[in-house]
Amino acid sequence: MFDDLRDLYQEVILDHGKHPRNFRHPPDANREAKGDNPMCGDRLVVYLKVSDQGIVEDAAFLGKGCAISTASASMMTEVIRGRSKEEVMALFRHFHELCTKDEEDRGEPEAIDPDALEKLMVLSGVRQFPVRVKCATLAWHTMAAAVDGDTVVSTE
Amino acid sequence: MPDLTALAHPIGDALVSSQGYDVEMIRRDFPILGTRVHARSGKPGKPLVYLDNAASAQKPRAVIEAMSRCLEQEYANVHRGVHYLSQRTTDAYERVRDKIAGLLNAGSREEIVITRGGTESINLVAATWGRKFLGPGDEIIVSVMEHHANIVPWQLLQSERGIGIKVVPCDERGVLDLDAYRGLFGSRTKLVAITHGSNVLGTVTPAKEIAAIAHHHGVPVLFDGSQAVVHGPVDVQEIDADFYALTGHKLYGPTAIGALYGKRGLLEAMPPYQGGGDMIAEVSFAGTTFREPPYRFEAGTPPIVEGIGLAAAIDYVRAVGLDAIAVHEHALLERATAGLNRIEGVRIVGTAPGKAGIISFVMDGVHPHDVGTLVDQAGVAIRVGRHCAEPLIERFGVGATARASFGLYNTLDEADALVEAVAGVKEFFA
Repeated sequence: MFDDLRDLYQEVILDHGKHPRNFRHPPDANREAKGDNPMCGDRLVVYLKVSDQGIVEDAAFLGKGCAISTASASMMTEVIRGRSKEEVMALFRHFHELCTKDEEDRGEPEAIDPDALEKLMVLSGVRQFPVRVKCATLAWHTMAAAVDGDTVVSTE
Repeated sequence: MPDLTALAHPIGDALVSSQGYDVEMIRRDFPILGTRVHARSGKPGKPLVYLDNAASAQKPRAVIEAMSRCLEQEYANVHRGVHYLSQRTTDAYERVRDKIAGLLNAGSREEIVITRGGTESINLVAATWGRKFLGPGDEIIVSVMEHHANIVPWQLLQSERGIGIKVVPCDERGVLDLDAYRGLFGSRTKLVAITHGSNVLGTVTPAKEIAAIAHHHGVPVLFDGSQAVVHGPVDVQEIDADFYALTGHKLYGPTAIGALYGKRGLLEAMPPYQGGGDMIAEVSFAGTTFREPPYRFEAGTPPIVEGIGLAAAIDYVRAVGLDAIAVHEHALLERATAGLNRIEGVRIVGTAPGKAGIISFVMDGVHPHDVGTLVDQAGVAIRVGRHCAEPLIERFGVGATARASFGLYNTLDEADALVEAVAGVKEFFA
């Protein structure tokens, strides 16, 4: 019945959606931000531990969301850990393009770890489902707000 | 010049049938129901199963044609022209006031204010009656089941005037707690503003009893009837409603038109809503006087084409029969409810007795948003999220729900299609 949806709900997304990684509140987190998508009711909190040198030493999240937003948050926490703030923001920009633009319309990729990009590619199926793009990007917007020191972000 | 009198009451094919409720004949009156969705190269797409009627209903050909005819043959501004077309358009447009008065069994057509929708109807009461009669410390009573349209206008007044807002709770089934409601009245209670039908749970509230309790305390009642008026007959005199708000687009009519019923005495005591043309008696820089209700509340050129469309929609719905629609939708509700209850892990939110044709549900381990995307692939259009009723969603602790809502043209097969699609979702995520 749902064959056309296998691009959107790839196995790895279903797995992260059901068993999110880093689904916790780290006691030593020094940055956090709330994300809210009032349209679908998704809410999450992203926790970061950022070192004095600007390295994201730990990333985690808690919250309630659909399979896409939960999987995206889970994969994000895995991908950004150990990277500098600048690298993380470059990844965010690239990920946003993945979710919203076809391949030929995307900008030149910045110097980013190809393994990280490869991993995030599985979420690019959302660009066929415009109303679901916000699900995939909510955690990233929230993470960016945490890095910037903001506390609440909404993707309404 | 074409003969326009014959066009005043367009009638759909279904209406000439006296063979009981012929849903297939009714469906032929709604061109959009033949649409296939998700068609792409090599694939014909799925037949549309439209179960998002509580968000907005589809339009019968009678409505579409009445609006086209107006635009093609008898359009001019209303209430001001001396010429033939203006008079014709005015007559056609003003008919909607009679239609709404008839639909609600209002005492007179002057008790019907034409608005841009249910939201504006409630805002109108808040902005005029509310500003005149509510002051610091005064209280109004709403329920936990309200749509944001019956919460936020009062909150605006709360920050402007310092009024208090008390909230009637509901039980696990979604039935209003009338004992708690009785207990909320105090010496400062000035208004009850409560839904006549929940857009999330399908609960139909006991309007007559709600009004009687309020009147016992000398307090007027506003009902948000945007959902209730679609699913069965409403009689504002029998209920003894003081205000009754409704919208056109859920009633198989156009968007951007609705109405406010108000008892004559209440409307007469209310100051104007917006200022402009049409609502004045005389204007001078020394001072301006205003017309009598309902025109006092209708500034500017009204939604003319939409009014003509809504009149046709009301004709259509009444010809099918609101009692018959209620019976039909109840059968759809029962069928879908039984089917969804058979799927393990699916829980219906809102199980009040006498529900209207609305089913909210949640599924263990699957977010409503994913449910919505998946069933849509099967051609089934439902709504997911918080349905503009966040306090109610919070009350049931679910975050969001998936919601199927039935209309007069839905079939038992479509109820089955919903159940089958939802069962497929469970399998997909198993």
